[in-house]
Amino acid sequence: MPELTMKDRLAIERTHMPELEATARSKSFDEVNRGLSLADAVQEAQRCIQCKTRPCVDGCPVGVSIPEFIDALAREDLPEAARILRGDNALPAVCGRVCPQESQCEAECVRGVKGEAVAIGYLERFVADWAMANTEKLAVAKQSVSTGKQVAVVGCGPAGLTAAGELARQGYGVTIFEALHDTGGVLRYGIPEFRLPKSIIDLEVNRLLDLGVRIECNVIIGKTLTLAQLRSQFDAVFIANGAGLPVMLNLPGENLKGVYSANEYLTRVNLMEAGRNPAAPTPIIQGRSVAVIGGGNTAMDCVRTARRLGARKAMIIYRRSEAEMPARLEEIRHAKEEGVEFVMLTAPLEIIGNDDGWVVALRCEKMELGQPDESGRRKPVAIPDSQYHLEVDVVVNAVGTRSNPLLTTTAPDLELNRWGNIVSNETGATNLGGVYAGGDIVRGGATVILAMGDGKRGATAIHGYLKQQQALSGKGR
Amino acid sequence: MYEVLSNDILAPNLHRLVVRAPRIAPARKPGQFVIIRLDKGEERIPLTIGDADPATGTITLFIQAIGASTRRIVDVPAGGFILDVAGPMGKPTHLDNWQRVACIGGGVGTAVLFPLVKALAATESRITTIIGGRSSQYVILADELKALSEQLLITTENGSLGRKGFVTAALTDLINEPTTKPDAVFAIGPVPMMRAIAELTRPHGIETIVSLNPIMIDGTGMCGGCRVVVDGESKFACVDGPEFDGHKVDFAGLSDRLTTYRDHESHAAAECRLTREVTNA
Repeated sequence: MPELTMKDRLAIERTHMPELEATARSKSFDEVNRGLSLADAVQEAQRCIQCKTRPCVDGCPVGVSIPEFIDALAREDLPEAARILRGDNALPAVCGRVCPQESQCEAECVRGVKGEAVAIGYLERFVADWAMANTEKLAVAKQSVSTGKQVAVVGCGPAGLTAAGELARQGYGVTIFEALHDTGGVLRYGIPEFRLPKSIIDLEVNRLLDLGVRIECNVIIGKTLTLAQLRSQFDAVFIANGAGLPVMLNLPGENLKGVYSANEYLTRVNLMEAGRNPAAPTPIIQGRSVAVIGGGNTAMDCVRTARRLGARKAMIIYRRSEAEMPARLEEIRHAKEEGVEFVMLTAPLEIIGNDDGWVVALRCEKMELGQPDESGRRKPVAIPDSQYHLEVDVVVNAVGTRSNPLLTTTAPDLELNRWGNIVSNETGATNLGGVYAGGDIVRGGATVILAMGDGKRGATAIHGYLKQQQALSGKGR
Repeated sequence: MYEVLSNDILAPNLHRLVVRAPRIAPARKPGQFVIIRLDKGEERIPLTIGDADPATGTITLFIQAIGASTRRIVDVPAGGFILDVAGPMGKPTHLDNWQRVACIGGGVGTAVLFPLVKALAATESRITTIIGGRSSQYVILADELKALSEQLLITTENGSLGRKGFVTAALTDLINEPTTKPDAVFAIGPVPMMRAIAELTRPHGIETIVSLNPIMIDGTGMCGGCRVVVDGESKFACVDGPEFDGHKVDFAGLSDRLTTYRDHESHAAAECRLTREVTNA
């Protein structure tokens, strides 16, 4: 194959992700994004100019060797691309699907300065999916020499899975304790099948099991076992139990039938298959007219789920305008294509019920944007005499989550901030020796990839800590 | 996988399962519950831990078969398995130094009451236990509770065992007699029963603790499906409860939310007659 010139590379246009057609997909939970063909992936990889500054790597919270894996892909050396990618990222098939690349790696890509960034996320997904489908073409990972040390990981979400993978590769015995009956944390119960197929999580988790990671479900740290017990039974602990406590709306009518937190709505559908599998014993109120309150990715997941459960009208209710929405642009676009209505500059005031206790309407008030507040966002201000009723039969609250006190209330020595998040330094170390923390329990509700970055950093710090412990105990003898 | 070591029938559709759960048994305290899932694809169901033996690593669960899912669970024979048992969940019962305590159980609530009476029996409190059922065959755990209590009173609606009528009548007599008037009342059973007892004790200022049974999914505080209004504030029964001050609970709201999935077959709850009659009263 002739070497491409810079001019050739610059002349290639960014590829598009094939998608299921909007009307058909809004009735099914099949994955919307279909993935690239080999030819498209290789051509997209050739758009990377292999710049010396590599700003994309700095934009990635887990520091994936992006130019290297893309170069291998451009040369159609897929096993090598997979080896590089998997060496840096414990869950590449997940990240390639759910990371907001446009605000991370791709935001830094030099090709984005004049034109469109290289589609790094699409390429990551392509290589990860290829690797999962072609395990026989990959060299078996060399088992590291066992250190004989044991590490407990609390929580099987993205932070815990990443930390576990990194630690297992370093030769530690790793046990993940998960409160729910299945793996993945928010990847399983929160992110819907149409964005992240559950089979992908299963495959990624199986790779960790192959590395020797043990996963014990149905163990609630703080209840089944305490942090103190983990500290006495393991050489180090990594806490990554997330921020799964829903923030209530505190609106009148919040306890009416048909009002859900996003966590409950998504857990019923994603984890328990309510409404998705007709035979599932777990029920859900499907709703003909569904209002989802909030503007983040969780709100988009809920409203697109509502459409798939058969809602004729599925609405996003947001206090600001679309420009201020924290959701990914792709999710907003997908939602609109699927017929979701965006009711912007609207604040809910009250949920109104009928005599039987069921939701029938949302009393709303129209807003306009005023002066920017401390966060720099323009503050929504109510427009006088603009109240009106919106007929709805299901309301989903997707305004956010905060840290769950289950673990921390039984660990009185662990330092917390005033929001109940665990205080940790830049390495993930808490105030307790050998106890590290990362992900949403430290950050509050954040992203999958930031949680994974914390998992990777925490694992590195734990490795350093345990090596130091070993050196100290060696000296003592 | 959690092995079912024994499965016996206490009353029509009410089974007692002893399950091997070596992590939960030593961690569990009275008042706590587990969430179980029979098999892949099944729903998660909250059940009070009726008893636990840390030495053998077993817990006892009382299960009333009222819908498709619970019927499948009670069909598991000794030697069979439950796929998921998670716990212990919820706050343990708060025990105080009461002189006299009345413990009241209605129907399957009697099973939920049992661990509480057992815990109270280990304190200085003098316990009167009142249990009720539709008829004699629905009165459960009478011998066990009698052994733990100073006095055991039984009521049945048709008078086939003990006093004819509801548990509330037996409690009224206790309250009206100065030598038996309790300092605290624990009431566990159908919502209308707990509500009636809370209303009965309120004018007397008797501390009344109820154990609530809202719909749950995860049981760890992440979804708020089990929210109940207590003293005007939203509480999550799975982490803030399940026991609350009966004088502060919004029972009407709880009853109403419990009907959310009534039209779904698996949630077709068998209403007991006490529930209906107290509701209509």
